[in-house]
Amino acid sequence: MLLGRSKWLSYLAKSSESDLVGLYESTGLDPSYTYLRKPEIGTIMATARIGNTGQKFNAGEISVTRCSIQLEDGKIVGHGYVQGRSKKKSTVAALCDALMQSDKRTLIESKIVIKLKEIEKKRHDLIKRKAEKTKVDFFTLVRGEDEK
Amino acid sequence: MYVAVKGGERAIDNAHRWLEDERRGDRKVTDLSVDQIKTQLSLSIAKVMAEGSLFDPELASLAIKQARGDLIEAIFLIRAYRTTLPRFGVGKPINTDKMIAKRRISATFKDIPGGQLLGPTFDYTHRLLDFKLLADGSIDEFEPGKDTEQMFQHVTQLLNNEGIIETEETSSSEADSPDLTRQPLEIPANRALRLQALTRSDEGFLLGMAYSTQRGFGRNHPFVGELRIGLISVEFEIPELGFNIEIAEIEISECETVNQFLGSKIHPPKFTRGYGFVFGQSERKAISMALVDRALRWKELGEVSDGAPAQDEEFVLYHGDNIQATGFVEHIKLPHYVDFQAELELIRKIRKTAFEAKKDE
Repeated sequence: MLLGRSKWLSYLAKSSESDLVGLYESTGLDPSYTYLRKPEIGTIMATARIGNTGQKFNAGEISVTRCSIQLEDGKIVGHGYVQGRSKKKSTVAALCDALMQSDKRTLIESKIVIKLKEIEKKRHDLIKRKAEKTKVDFFTLVRGEDEK
Repeated sequence: MYVAVKGGERAIDNAHRWLEDERRGDRKVTDLSVDQIKTQLSLSIAKVMAEGSLFDPELASLAIKQARGDLIEAIFLIRAYRTTLPRFGVGKPINTDKMIAKRRISATFKDIPGGQLLGPTFDYTHRLLDFKLLADGSIDEFEPGKDTEQMFQHVTQLLNNEGIIETEETSSSEADSPDLTRQPLEIPANRALRLQALTRSDEGFLLGMAYSTQRGFGRNHPFVGELRIGLISVEFEIPELGFNIEIAEIEISECETVNQFLGSKIHPPKFTRGYGFVFGQSERKAISMALVDRALRWKELGEVSDGAPAQDEEFVLYHGDNIQATGFVEHIKLPHYVDFQAELELIRKIRKTAFEAKKDE
């Protein structure tokens, strides 16, 4: 399976810190790197559309953290734009992004990115399955006078 | 006017230390953890995130703990923290069609494609206190149902197909969507700016405004076309890369109302709409927001205002922000010794003149 960079960055960004850091540490990788931009906490302004199709409006901010790193080996650059306020998560995401562009790609993809994708799908499926159980099943009673 | 008053430092320090002690409360009772607040008081979190205008459940939980459960104080802490953060940019407009829905109901159609999902709702509960929670908190886990797909067309879209409801269209000038966190809110405000103000307004204020329109202070006869709550991804263009990623996943509540008609001899009548969009599971506020949005639209829809409070955008937009409101209302308890001294002297002077005038008679 070949994921595009936008996809893998998305799974890294939306993951929980404990999932991402746990999976990363389980690979045993510990490459040398330098920060091009040190981890920095900030926000993005979320926008929505009136009635989902109309004019855009500012809906409120979301906390995010970003950093950029460069691997010593191969000078590959990785960006870690992630949800939340974790410098650790941002750094690990940037490292994964860089490693996904290196010869470690297969390892990172199978041991981290695909796993995060599965965790996300499981989380979504669980909500859908619980919601499904609260689906209203309307039925109409046949009234006597209509039976002829 | 208030002037600096010296000499209160020790009293203030001690007051704050006592505050911390009171916050902790009885040491025989376990300390409340931020995780407990985050996972068990999620609707308080939703309110703090929406009105603090920052989606961050962990920070909202911390703020609630620090504020001893005073949600407006917690919102104040979030607003103050937010101002210290740089903004990296603006997200792409959220598409709520793609929501992973916990709840999705319509009060206008029984059989909507995708069905009605009640979700974890207080509706239809009997509002009887559950004394089991007082004794033993153990609750069975809710077993999920079967695997299913979700792709919900908006209910208003169904009406749109028939052409009997106004369409919401993008505007050409949307690149410069007004942002009240960057420029002071000015009246008249366009609908986009009004919605930004409403979504961070105080829930109680909006609820009162919405209620007033239903009771007759303003023209509003809405149905809830659709109400949905769930998770949604937020896309953001990474400046270094020039393409979008899904940078965050947030929970939101969305409400669309279907309101009475707009039309003329030339244009056949159509339903009109109100829109509510709020961070977190906040359906009371999403419904209220949609009602107030619709009430504020009277001018652009060519209606005649009843002069009702909910139709007055200056009244609604300038008084809904609970941090501005609490700042101004509560500041009158702070030392105003000099102001009051002036008033005292004035009233003494007036009284003296009055007495002397009486004496002369």
